[in-house]
Amino acid sequence: MKYVTTLIIGAGQAGLAMSKHLADRSIDHVLLERGRVANSWQSERWDSLRLLTPNWQSRLPGFGYDGARPDDYMDMPQVVNYLQTYARATNAPVQEETTVLSVRRTYNGYIVQTDQDSWNCQTLVLATGACNIASVPKIADAIPASIRQLTPLDYKNPGDLEEGGVLVVGASATGVQLAREIRASGHDVTISVGEHIRVPRHYRDRDIKWWMEVTGILGTNYREIDDIKRARKLPSLQLVGSHEGMLDLNSLSNAGVEIVGRVAGLHNDQLQFSGSLANMCAMADLKMNRLLESIDQWVLEHGYSDGAPPHRFEPTAIKNDPVLMMNLKDSGIKTILWATGYRPDYSWLDVPVLDHKGAIRHDGGVVDSPGMYVLGLPFLRTRKSTLIDGVGDDAEYLADHLVASLSRVAA
Amino acid sequence: MTMNTQEMTTPTVNNGVNVEAILGAREALEATPQAAQFKWRAECSWVDGTQSQSTVSGFFGLGEEQSRGKEFTVDADHPEVFAANDMAPTPVEIVLSALASCLTAGVASVAQNRGIQLNSVTAMVEGDMDLQGILGIDSDVRNGFSAIRVTFNIDADASEDDIKALVAQSQKRSAVFDIITNPTNVFVEVG
Repeated sequence: MKYVTTLIIGAGQAGLAMSKHLADRSIDHVLLERGRVANSWQSERWDSLRLLTPNWQSRLPGFGYDGARPDDYMDMPQVVNYLQTYARATNAPVQEETTVLSVRRTYNGYIVQTDQDSWNCQTLVLATGACNIASVPKIADAIPASIRQLTPLDYKNPGDLEEGGVLVVGASATGVQLAREIRASGHDVTISVGEHIRVPRHYRDRDIKWWMEVTGILGTNYREIDDIKRARKLPSLQLVGSHEGMLDLNSLSNAGVEIVGRVAGLHNDQLQFSGSLANMCAMADLKMNRLLESIDQWVLEHGYSDGAPPHRFEPTAIKNDPVLMMNLKDSGIKTILWATGYRPDYSWLDVPVLDHKGAIRHDGGVVDSPGMYVLGLPFLRTRKSTLIDGVGDDAEYLADHLVASLSRVAA
Repeated sequence: MTMNTQEMTTPTVNNGVNVEAILGAREALEATPQAAQFKWRAECSWVDGTQSQSTVSGFFGLGEEQSRGKEFTVDADHPEVFAANDMAPTPVEIVLSALASCLTAGVASVAQNRGIQLNSVTAMVEGDMDLQGILGIDSDVRNGFSAIRVTFNIDADASEDDIKALVAQSQKRSAVFDIITNPTNVFVEVG
C-alpha cells in the first residue's frame, strides 16, 4: 500500500490544473491516469473535432497559448500536445497507464485500488471528466437490429458509416457538427431537435466566447443562479470551432438536412417525433436574441466602439409540416447516431455520494464526503467550469479548501 | 444566460396566480417524488345518439384520494352536418379548448413569476382535419388533426419578445401541449 496526501484521478486539464495548485501549496500528490495525459481528448473524440473556445482562451494556471493563431481553435492532436506540454512544464507527478478499479472510504481518508497498486490518501480529487459515457435514451433498446446505432464516442468520421440515410438525434454542438459533416460526405441526413441553444460563432466582429467572457456570463458563480440544477443540465451551445460562419438549423437545412422534432416514441418500427419543434426553435431564437441584447447593452454601457453595429439573425425556419413519423424499415435510414449528451462514469466509486439520478452530490466541487473533491462538471462553480479556461479557478478554490481541511485534521 | 431581472417577482403585479404556493409545492414535491404521482379521472356516460356526458370529481395526488366536494360535467355531441343533434361541442373541440386553456393558464403563471402584469389574453385555436380519415375513405389519412395552430393575443406590460417568451415557456411546461405533441400509450379495456 502506497501513501500520498492527495490523489488526483485523471490527468486531463482538470487534474493538471489541480496538480499545479497543490504543488504551489506544497501538498504532496499523485495523478492516476488510465491512459496517457489528455487520454479522452486523444481516444474518445471524433476526428474533425476542434475546441469550441479560441486558442487565446485556453488558459491554465501559469500557462497559456503563445502560438501565432490566437483566434483559431485547436484540433485534438493540438489539445493533446498542449496538455502534455503543460504537464511537463508543471512537473505534474502523473502515473500513466493506471486504471482505478475502486475507491473506498476509511475512517480518515480513502483507499484507491488500481490495476497497478493500492493507494491510501487523505484527500481525493475526481478529475475524470463529464463525458465518459454517452447518454442514450431507453428507446434505443427497441430500435430494430437492422439499424446500426452509434454514439459520438464510437464515431470517428463519415467513412465509418454504411451507405444510406443517417438519423442524428440531438442538435447541440455534437449533433449539429456531425449532421453537417455526414451530410457533406453525401449521406441523406435527418436531425432530431429538442431543446437547444443557438448562438452565432461571431457577433460584432468578435468571437462569441470573447463576448461571453467580457460580459461576465462565463464567470457567473453557481450561487448567483436561481435554479442551479437546471443550469447544470443545459445543453451545449450550437457551435463549431471554425470561422466558417453560423452552424445552426438554418445552415443545416440549406445543406439539405431534414429537421424533425425530438424523438418521442417508437411504435411498430415507426419512430415518432414530437410536434414541439416549432416551440423549441422559437425558444432558441428568443434566448439567442436575449444574449445578443445583453451584449449590445454591455457595449453601450462600456462605450466600446470597435466592431460592427448590432444586428439580428434570421429566425430559425422550419417547414410547415415537419415529419412526425419515420418507418425504420423503409425510410432508408441505416444508422442512428445518438448525440444525446454525456455523463460521467462513477462505477468505480464505492462511496455513497451519488443521488437517485446517478449525479454526484457536491457543493461547488466539495463532494458530500470528507476530503473528496470533483472538478470539470457542468457549472461546477461557474458557467466556464467545463472549459479548459474555467477549470483553473475552480481548482484554485478547491485547493484552498483542501488545504484548510487538512489543517483542521492536523489540529 | 444572465438576464434574470425578469424572473424577479414585482409585488405590484397581480394576475391572480399564487406563484409562491406553486413554487412551494415544487420544492415539496421535489423532496417527495411519490407525492407527485397523480391520477386524473373522468367518467363518461352515453346519453343518446352521439351525445355523452362526462363527470369529473375526485383525483389521486399527494399520496391520497383528493375530494373536491363537488362535481363538474362536460357534455359532448356532434354537429348537425354529422346528422347528430348538436347538443354540445364535439370531443375534438373540447381537446382544442383544453389545449388553449392549458396554455393560457401557463401564460398567466409564468407572467406572474416573471413580474409581468397581464391586461388581457385571448387564444384562437384551430385544428385541421381531413374527414376521409375517420370516415374510413382513405387509410393513409389519419383520424386526428394534421396540424393545430394557436394564435395568442396578449396585452401586457412587457416587450414583444418578453410576451413571446411567456408563450414559449407555457408550451414547454404544458401538460396538454405535451399530450398532443407526443405519443402516449392508451389502454382501453372492457370491464
